[in-house]
Amino acid sequence: MHILSVLIMALGAVLTALLAFQASDGVMSFHAALMALFFLVAIVLLHRRRGNLNTDGYEDGIIRAGAIASTFWGVVGFLVGLVIALQLAFPVLNFDLPWTNFGRLRPLHTSAVIFAFGGNVLLMTSFHVVQRTCQARLAGGWAPWFVFWGYQLFIVMAATGYVLGVTQSKEYAEPEWYVDLWLTLVWVVYLLVFLATLWKRKEPHIYVANWFYLAFIVTVAMLHIINNLAIPVSWTGTRSYGVWAGVQDALTQWWYAHNAVGFFLTAGFLAIMYYYVPKRAERPVYSYRLSIVHFWSLIFLYIWAGPHHLHYTALPEWSQTLGMTFSVMLWMPSWGGMINGLMTLSGAWDKLRTDPVLRMMVVSVAFYGMSTFEGPLMSIKAVNALSHYTDWTIGHVHSGALGWVAFVSFGALYHVVPIMWGRQRLYSLVLVNVHFWIATLGIVLYIAAMWVSGILQGLMWRAYDHLGFLEYSFAETVEAMHPFYVIRALGGLLFVIGSLVMAYNLWRTMRGDLRAEAVPVPLAPAVGAAS
Amino acid sequence: MTYQDVSQFAQTYGLIYLFLLFIGMVIYAVWPGNKKRFKDASEIPLRED
Repeated sequence: MHILSVLIMALGAVLTALLAFQASDGVMSFHAALMALFFLVAIVLLHRRRGNLNTDGYEDGIIRAGAIASTFWGVVGFLVGLVIALQLAFPVLNFDLPWTNFGRLRPLHTSAVIFAFGGNVLLMTSFHVVQRTCQARLAGGWAPWFVFWGYQLFIVMAATGYVLGVTQSKEYAEPEWYVDLWLTLVWVVYLLVFLATLWKRKEPHIYVANWFYLAFIVTVAMLHIINNLAIPVSWTGTRSYGVWAGVQDALTQWWYAHNAVGFFLTAGFLAIMYYYVPKRAERPVYSYRLSIVHFWSLIFLYIWAGPHHLHYTALPEWSQTLGMTFSVMLWMPSWGGMINGLMTLSGAWDKLRTDPVLRMMVVSVAFYGMSTFEGPLMSIKAVNALSHYTDWTIGHVHSGALGWVAFVSFGALYHVVPIMWGRQRLYSLVLVNVHFWIATLGIVLYIAAMWVSGILQGLMWRAYDHLGFLEYSFAETVEAMHPFYVIRALGGLLFVIGSLVMAYNLWRTMRGDLRAEAVPVPLAPAVGAAS
Repeated sequence: MTYQDVSQFAQTYGLIYLFLLFIGMVIYAVWPGNKKRFKDASEIPLRED
C-alpha cells in the first residue's frame, strides 16, 4: 500500500512537471509547477511517515491543522473583503493595476471566505464530529491528509488564478477546468474518508450532524461537477468553454450557486450547530425528532429554490414561480432548525451570561433565523423587483455569512482549540467577549448600511419624472451610495479587527498561555428547579 | 425519449415518489416507538469530549 501510494504520487509529480514545461500559458505553467511541488512534498512526507502511521485513538492532528488553516484563511478573506469595500467607497484604491482591480479581488474575497475559511472550518469540524459521534478513528490512513493539503492547493490555485486573470466567470465557481478537476478528486477522497469512518462506527445510530455533513459533501460534489462541465481549448492551457449555453447556463449556474448557499453554507454549518451547541450548552438538542424533520425538509426544498435568482429574465415564468414558491416554503425548515438550536439552551439560559463562546453560537443561530426570513422575502417576485441587483442583496448575504456562518465557525473554533491542544480553557474569555461585541457591531453597521443603500438604489432606479423619463442617471445612483459604502467599510474593519483578536487569542491558547482573569462561575441550578 | 417524456414522468411519478418519501420520513420521525431511540441518539455528542 505504501509503495502504491508513492507510485501514484510519483506519477502525479512527473505528469505535472511535464505539464509545467509544456504549458501553453504562464498561469498553467505556474499551477502545474505548484502541483508538482505538492506531489514531491507528499512523497517526502509519505517516506518519513513510513511504518509510523499512528492508528490509535482519534486522528486529532488534522483537526489542529484545520483550526490553524481556518483562522488564517478567515483573516485573509475578511481582509480582502475590507479592501474591496474600500475600493467601492474610494475607487482610487484600485491603483489602476490589473492585479489589484476590484473585478479580480472580488472573487478572491468570495472564494477566500466561502471556500478557504468556510471550507476549512467544515473539513475541520466534520473530521472532529464524525470521529466523536461515531467513536471511530478517521478512516483511510493518510487519505484525510491528502484531502486537507489537496484542498489548500485548490485554494492557492484558485486565488492566484483570479489575481492573474484566469477565471471562467461563473459566480462562486470561477476556477478554471483543471482546478475544478483537482477539487473533484480531493472531494471524492473526502466523501470516501467520511463514508468509511461512518462505516467503522461503534455507535449504532448515525448522529444527525453527520447527516448534514453527508448531505453537504454529496450535494456539493453534484453541483460542482454539473455546473463546471466545460471543454478546455487545449489540455495544456487554462482556457475552457462551458457546455451550457443561454438560459440553461444561467439556470445551471444559479441552481449551483443557490445550493452552494443551501448545502455548503447552510447544511454544513447546521451540522456544526447540531454538534457544538449541545456540546457547549452541555445538554442534548431540544428535539431530535425536529432535527430529522429539519434535515429532510431542508434537503427536499432547497434544491428547487435556485430560479429565484432569475426573476424577470428569459427563464420560463413557471420556473420563476417554482423557485419563489420553494424559497417561501423554506421558511418552515429554517425556522424549525433555528428553534431547535435556540431551545437547546432551555433551562441553561444563564450560560449565556458566563460563556461568551456559547453566546456567539446563539447569536449565530439568531442570525440564521433572521437571514432565512429575509431570503424568502426577497425571493417573492414583487419584492425582488425592488431588491434585485441592489446592495440589499449584498447586505442579506453578509447577514447570513458574517452573522450565521462566521459566528458559528468562531464558536466552533473557540470550542475546539483548547480541547485539541489539551488546554484547560481558552487563553482569555474577556477577549472572546471583545471579539463578540466588535464583530456584532461591525455586522450591524454593515447590514444596516446595505439595507438603506439597497432600498435607496432600488427606488432611484425605478423613479420616473412626470414625462415618463427615468428620474436619475446611473451615475447619480452611484454617487448616492458613497456614504453607505464608507459605513459598510467601517463595519468590515470592525469585523477584521475582531478576527485578529480571535487569531491572537487562539494562538496564545495553542501556546498554552492562560490570561489571569476572573473566570465566571456558572450558576448552580436552583434547588428543586426542573432540569 | 424526449424532453416531454422526461418532464411528464418527473411531474407525475417523480412528484408522487418524492412526496411519499417525505411523508414516510415524517412518520418515522414522529412514530411513538422511536422515542427512546431518538432520546439515546440525542445524547451522543455528550459522551465524548
